[in-house]
Amino acid sequence: MALSEQIRERIRAEFPKYPDRRAVTLPALHIVHDELRSVPFAAIEEIAELLEIHPAEIHDTMSFYQFFREEDRPLGRQRVWVCRSISCMLRGGEELLETLSHKWRVAPGGTTADGRVSLEYAECLGACEGAPCILVNDECHTNMTAESTVAIVNDTSS
Amino acid sequence: MPHFEPVLLARVAKESSQSLDGYRADGGYAALDKALGMAPADVTTKVKDSVLRGRGGAGFPAGLKWTFLPKDHPGPIYLCINADESEPGTFNNRILMEEDPHQLIEGIAIACYAIRSSKAYLYLRYEYGRSYRVLDAAIKECYAAGLLGTNIKGSGFDLDIVLHRGAAAYICGEETGLIESLEGKRAWPRIKPPFPAIEGLFRKPTIVNNVETLCCVVHILNRGVEWFKSIGVPPDASNPRDLGSFGPKLYCISGHVNEPGCVELPLGVSTRELIDEHAGGVWKDRQAKAIVPGGISMGFLSADELDTPLDFNGPLKAGCLGLGTAAVVVVDDQTSMVDVLYNCCRFMSHESCGQCTPCREGTAWSTKILERIRSGHGKVEDLDTLLEVAESMGIIPGTTICGLSDGAAWPVKNAIRKFRPEFEEYIRAGRRTMTPAQELMAGAH
Ligand SMILES: Cc1cc2nc3c(=O)[nH]c(=O)nc-3n(C[C@H](O)[C@H](O)[C@H](O)COP(=O)(O)O)c2cc1C
Ligand code: SF4
Ligand code: FES
Repeated sequence: MALSEQIRERIRAEFPKYPDRRAVTLPALHIVHDELRSVPFAAIEEIAELLEIHPAEIHDTMSFYQFFREEDRPLGRQRVWVCRSISCMLRGGEELLETLSHKWRVAPGGTTADGRVSLEYAECLGACEGAPCILVNDECHTNMTAESTVAIVNDTSS
Repeated sequence: MPHFEPVLLARVAKESSQSLDGYRADGGYAALDKALGMAPADVTTKVKDSVLRGRGGAGFPAGLKWTFLPKDHPGPIYLCINADESEPGTFNNRILMEEDPHQLIEGIAIACYAIRSSKAYLYLRYEYGRSYRVLDAAIKECYAAGLLGTNIKGSGFDLDIVLHRGAAAYICGEETGLIESLEGKRAWPRIKPPFPAIEGLFRKPTIVNNVETLCCVVHILNRGVEWFKSIGVPPDASNPRDLGSFGPKLYCISGHVNEPGCVELPLGVSTRELIDEHAGGVWKDRQAKAIVPGGISMGFLSADELDTPLDFNGPLKAGCLGLGTAAVVVVDDQTSMVDVLYNCCRFMSHESCGQCTPCREGTAWSTKILERIRSGHGKVEDLDTLLEVAESMGIIPGTTICGLSDGAAWPVKNAIRKFRPEFEEYIRAGRRTMTPAQELMAGAH
């Protein structure tokens, strides 16, 4: 079984919120993705069984959002998103991404060899007043430099 | 413009701004009491009379939209709160949710009472983790205090609010893309009609409203229609179809200014005043070259259009798509418009859902053409190709399902028409500004 009883319980707890179980697709994918750092095929099948829909329907939705990782490309322990959209670009966002890429020796989309950090580019994070900004997992940090980014990541992964 | 005392942002940065007790101490939930004492249809009429126009980008009058619901509908009616806020430059919904969650919850409750809905889904972009935690705590406080759940304040009105997190896709902000996404599918916008008010979420009548729109509703109930209409710009007398631009508006200012931020002002402030008086002016003592008036989808104003008023009509008259999200991004005179336009096109290409060929191909090819120009291999004729592509995509030429495509075309049209000499000079000089990181990411949109 790919999904623990505890994960299953958390998915089932979403059911009463919606008149149709298929609507639990995104909540379920988030729960699984957070725990397992990817959504393996076996997990897709088990989510489908819980939601009483076909695994292909889950995969169809999941693959649309480039957010979820398949099992061949799992996330590192921290996921660091660097905004590359207009307001951040105007204040050094793209340079920040490039510097981090060199520092961690990883291209955007990749994970460091020690499995600690996955580096991603993001589109506008909705914090443009603090450009350039980054998201570490789901916490936003503003007015960033490469140094302050590294400090935050070291801090959170301790 | 005389000083404007903020209403929507009045509680921001107060220590107690997030708690129910703090909200109540500032008079919170009095508007809901008022609404519960009225007939639902009268609440709708009040909002309609205020001519509150949607703050999410399209500017459709909120009260009028509510009247499109079928009368005496027996089954469920849903409210979807659009908190997918992803238009580059825009962050006002985030501030409203993080700083004053109960103002939004009160607005949701009033709207649901008016449209006779007992279930509201708040679709929140995934990246707003802080908003999620603040709203989740505030909603729990409301259940504990009897402000959500069944028979609210003994009125017989029931309401549940469900927080639903997205997964980092701009198209989930398009209202029918949002609905599809909520239903657990890919966020492919639906062909309209039917509009959501007739057949929306789970095929039931549904109203979709933006966070800021719903926050305005609270103050319309509290202070009245006359108050709301005393702020902003009345209808243009020479245009019988103009509804005016009433009420306060949250303007986001970012990019090359000294003090980026979000300010609340009456609709209609001029672009120049916004930059100079409310954002500390252009940074480094430079001049503005181009200004995004309402998120990149709206296109660009040039430096000689700085006096454009930011109401629902102003940007339109200057050749932009509209007011959009009123997110102003300032580009200084040291920045290449080729680089700025590339950034906009790359965003749209990344975010196009791919259903409509003109949008999927148009956004991808505009990006590729700009990549080639930025690698030093452009031709001046490329600019005409870019314009031709832009003219052929969108709801306005009638070739696509949703407005993303118009929003992708507008920056191209405005940039090339208003800044053509700069583009030609760039190409003729064989400049190259593509960075290695951009080249690396290039295949990936
Ligand atoms: C591509 C696209 C993205 C959109 N994104 C948002 C968004 O993030 N938030 C929003 O409120 N409206 C967004 N809209 C507008 C919605 O479709 C809809 O008009 C709005 O949510 C209605 O609410 P309002 O009338 O209160 O503004 C978007 C529209 C398009 C075409
Ligand atoms: S216009 Fe673009 S984003 Fe909108 S439905 Fe068509 S392909 Fe998707
Ligand atoms: S452009 Fe980076 S947060 Fe908006």
